[in-house]
Amino acid sequence: MSVLVDSDTRVVVQGITGGEGRFHTEQMIEYGTNVVAGAVPGRGGQEVEGVPVYDTVAGATREEDANAAVVFVPPAFAADALFEALDAPLDLVVAITEGIPTQDMSRVYRRLQETDTHLIGPNCPGIITPGETKLGILPGNIFASGNVGLVSRSGTLTYQIVDNLTQRGIGQSTAVGIGGDPIIGTDFIGTLALFEEDPDTDVIVMCGEIGGEDEENAAAYIDEHVETPVVGFIAGRTAPPGKRMGHAGAIVSGSGTGTAKSKIEALGDAGVPVGTTPDDVAEHVETLL
Amino acid sequence: MKLHEYQAKDVFAEAGIPTPESELARTVDEAVEIADDIGYPVAIKAQVHVGGRGKAGGIKLVDDSEEAREAADAILGMDLKGYTVKSVLVEEAVDFVDELYVGVTMDRGVGRPVAMVSTRGGVNIEEVADEDPDAIAREHIDPAFGMHDFQARKAVYDAGIDREVAGDVASILTTLYDLWEERDGADAEINPLMVTADDEVVAADAVFNIDGDALFRQPDLAEMEEKAAGDELEAKANEYGFEGANYVRLDGSVGIIGNGAGLVMTTLDLVDHYGGSPANFLDIGGGAKAERVANALDLVFSDENVDAVVFNIFGGITRGDEVANGINEALAQFDEIPKPVIVRLAGTNAEEGMEILNTDLVQVEATLEDAVQAAVEAATEVNA
Repeated sequence: MSVLVDSDTRVVVQGITGGEGRFHTEQMIEYGTNVVAGAVPGRGGQEVEGVPVYDTVAGATREEDANAAVVFVPPAFAADALFEALDAPLDLVVAITEGIPTQDMSRVYRRLQETDTHLIGPNCPGIITPGETKLGILPGNIFASGNVGLVSRSGTLTYQIVDNLTQRGIGQSTAVGIGGDPIIGTDFIGTLALFEEDPDTDVIVMCGEIGGEDEENAAAYIDEHVETPVVGFIAGRTAPPGKRMGHAGAIVSGSGTGTAKSKIEALGDAGVPVGTTPDDVAEHVETLL
Repeated sequence: MKLHEYQAKDVFAEAGIPTPESELARTVDEAVEIADDIGYPVAIKAQVHVGGRGKAGGIKLVDDSEEAREAADAILGMDLKGYTVKSVLVEEAVDFVDELYVGVTMDRGVGRPVAMVSTRGGVNIEEVADEDPDAIAREHIDPAFGMHDFQARKAVYDAGIDREVAGDVASILTTLYDLWEERDGADAEINPLMVTADDEVVAADAVFNIDGDALFRQPDLAEMEEKAAGDELEAKANEYGFEGANYVRLDGSVGIIGNGAGLVMTTLDLVDHYGGSPANFLDIGGGAKAERVANALDLVFSDENVDAVVFNIFGGITRGDEVANGINEALAQFDEIPKPVIVRLAGTNAEEGMEILNTDLVQVEATLEDAVQAAVEAATEVNA
């Protein structure tokens, strides 16, 4: 078992003819992902890595029965691609694209509320159920199949913590990179709810960072609704206020909201141990299994 | 991307928002000439991207030519929180009876824009929001429809704006929202929005920050960008393409280079955890090639506070062999390596990278924790 994706997931890659789309399609297929179609306007009838390309997402769902999309479309056209994916409709849309204008995402998010689709991202590494499938750009070789669910706002930090887990012989049920942008689809709470329902996820690792209040809200949700043990990690303890750290969302505002301290305290109050280093997180998980 | 006050006022005025008469000056003579033309009293206002200009001495009210000359002379060239003032806005001083606040921003928590109005203008609105949140009327906007006229009226009446000016303030809020939406605003603010004795409403200050990710479709605004670098290092970072949030200078002694914001932040935190202090945040991003890696190392070497450098790469899109080539390339130009470099490579092509890496020049560590500890020790030794 796993959340959102497994070996039955049938993937359409939007932007499959671009450099990144092509490369990661190859990587996904190599990992075992069931990539059934590509969608690129004007490229219908072509093939990429043996995968048939359609002009529209609707064509890909109609002809190949795709139920999930991975989006590698450049930022200027990404919102339109997301509206198209939501219109198909699909069960799951994973938006890898970094740099989508925030107002575009606000409109996409508004449309998302009218659908039953799960949107992961944008500006995220994707989602992986080790040994079965991956949708996105995560390096498959560091993951191992197991029973720890992982949800994170950051890509490479996810890899780091997964590596620490795998090195200790701890595998993962599903790892979800929800993305570092100010407006994202499925957030911590949405992902925690899925893991809580999953009988094969025994421990959840939640990996947050400075900025916004998502971690605080997630802590309150854990306190009320999550029985599965959770281990936390917060990046940006040493970030000074008012300085954005890489991600558009990663900033401690002048009035002091979004600090690592407030997030760590909120998680602590919800009974969630917060690791001081990535390996410390893995150690906490080990004791809980 | 931040616009200067004078740029924001130009954009606001063009959209029909009343602003005081003003003109930009780059020299003291220009400033006095403009002030004489406008007629006294006038305000002389530093044009720099820092908050709290007034308190820091960057805004002066003057009553005649002599005072204008003194003020312009004091402000032009002054250092305001690390930024040199290169221009001043010379502006008609508005005789006001009231100071209001109007603003539009994205409420990331709900994923929707929010329009805000308050009678508590002229002060730091974030402090008002903390101390007395009810003093700011907020109206969330459905991005599919934009702001309805009734929402502007509702925000204005909820905020308790006087009836005499309520219509004008609502109309300014509507204009501000439309601008924010059309021009891909991140934050649009008028603080204070001054009310005169004759019930005229005037934007005495203007903030307009643009979503940097949307500049591709706002070419005229993109042209207004002044990459105000706080110091030489930030200027160099801009030159190398480590713009905005990808390079942040701090005041410690351990230089940090990595890929991905979360992992670089974590590396900073670990430096602190092991008793060191981070000199910078530098995210080389995904898929960096050798040249970018070399530039990153050169940038961090240029920081005289840096005593040791930790290079932490976990390859997903980024490839270990490219990183190793970049490090070798950067170090090849030195007869003697200026500062100890500790490298940790993991993920995609890490093994290939390890083979390429010239280990005579750098220290290699297998884990993040070991690499950071080694860098902290190296920096401490230099200082001992």
